[in-house]
Amino acid sequence: MINKTVKNAEEAVRDIPSNAVLMLGGFGLCGIPENCIQALLEKDISGLTCISNNAGVDDFGIGLMLVKRMVKKMISSYVGENVEFERQLLSGELEVELIPQGTLAERTRAGGAGIPAFFTPAGVGTEVAAGKEIREFDGKLYILERWLKADFSLVKAWKGDTAGNLIFKGTARNFNPMMAAAGKITIAEVEELVPAGELDPNQIHTPGIFVQRIFQGRDYEKRIEKRTIREK
Amino acid sequence: MLNKEQIAQRIAREIKNGQYINLGIGIPTLVANYIPDELEVVLHSENGLLGVGPFPTEDKVDPDLINAGKQTISMVKGSALFNSSDSFAMIRGGHVDLTILGAMEVSENGDIANWKIPGKMVKGMGGAMDLVAAAQNIIVAMQHCSKSGQSKLLKKCTLPITGIKCVNKIVTDLAVLKVLPEGGFKLLERAPGVSIEEIQSKTEGRLIVSGEVTEMKLV
Repeated sequence: MINKTVKNAEEAVRDIPSNAVLMLGGFGLCGIPENCIQALLEKDISGLTCISNNAGVDDFGIGLMLVKRMVKKMISSYVGENVEFERQLLSGELEVELIPQGTLAERTRAGGAGIPAFFTPAGVGTEVAAGKEIREFDGKLYILERWLKADFSLVKAWKGDTAGNLIFKGTARNFNPMMAAAGKITIAEVEELVPAGELDPNQIHTPGIFVQRIFQGRDYEKRIEKRTIREK
Repeated sequence: MLNKEQIAQRIAREIKNGQYINLGIGIPTLVANYIPDELEVVLHSENGLLGVGPFPTEDKVDPDLINAGKQTISMVKGSALFNSSDSFAMIRGGHVDLTILGAMEVSENGDIANWKIPGKMVKGMGGAMDLVAAAQNIIVAMQHCSKSGQSKLLKKCTLPITGIKCVNKIVTDLAVLKVLPEGGFKLLERAPGVSIEEIQSKTEGRLIVSGEVTEMKLV
């Protein structure tokens, strides 16, 4: 098996340059590539385009990259948890493309699957449709949406092996599998890295062909945005 | 006049056995607390879960298990986890039976606005545009008027819209209304102690009152 292992996050992101287009997995703070984000923060780069469902919170995740002004443009579906984001957006400092979450997921999937465009009903009659081709199928209107691809995709999985095969846990899977496929270079950080052969092939969510680099992450904070509990 | 919990309670009565249901953030999330025990329904969370259970007990909190509102949750028996692309295939593909979501404005032809206030608030549409574009049955949970007293049931939405001609039913603190296919809010029920006149005065869009308008039953 091809060994995709790199030593750590620093080595994994070493060649990510300024102005690169990045995809970052995660929904809210769930399943985000914490180690890679930390390593990016230590690099002197800027002008990044970040494709990610959310933009972190003010003091964690992509929010930290915004504070450091590393990001030129965000492509997201929901950014409501982030005050600094909203400030940079309303003041025009940050370029933002807000797109429906299902369209984001499908554009990413299309990018990885070699489908340049597709039609979706999401956003018909709204500002999302502005300037896009609209076509009728079986009496209903649909918008033409294009694929999304990235120079680097940063994904986070629960378990992975040295061949790059990934298994996700809970709702931390979210955008990670499609982003893994849509990156020219996909970097996977995992909580547990095992030798190829130790994961059950029946259980693999993302096959290693989509992953170019993998490393064992460390010190996962896994911050919870809204801790809701019940008694007993 | 209903409080938020009571709006959720009233909406729960719309749920039918065997449905797959997507609950939006806010009041819709509360609906889960009032689904009658005898109904077998499955709650869909767009971040990748069918089978959302109640909030976890302290010792079962898992940062890798949240709902679309980023709250920690549990899973019921028979749950399934999946990626975001599959999740929206369920939504766009028409596999989700009922969608309950909040709104800032609804127009009399069923348009909904709930994602942006230009120059003031930008949160994004999240999954709402996909949901309203594809769902067969959409119920909106909202306050009848804004905090400043402006009607949120309008002739035409003033805010950027999320979807066109998609809302079926609206449950507010004052009333239950149906959006008619030809346009207009048909008044179905009024909240306890609320008169038709009050509902009329707080509805900017066309209100249609015909036949008997019963008082809401919450249980």
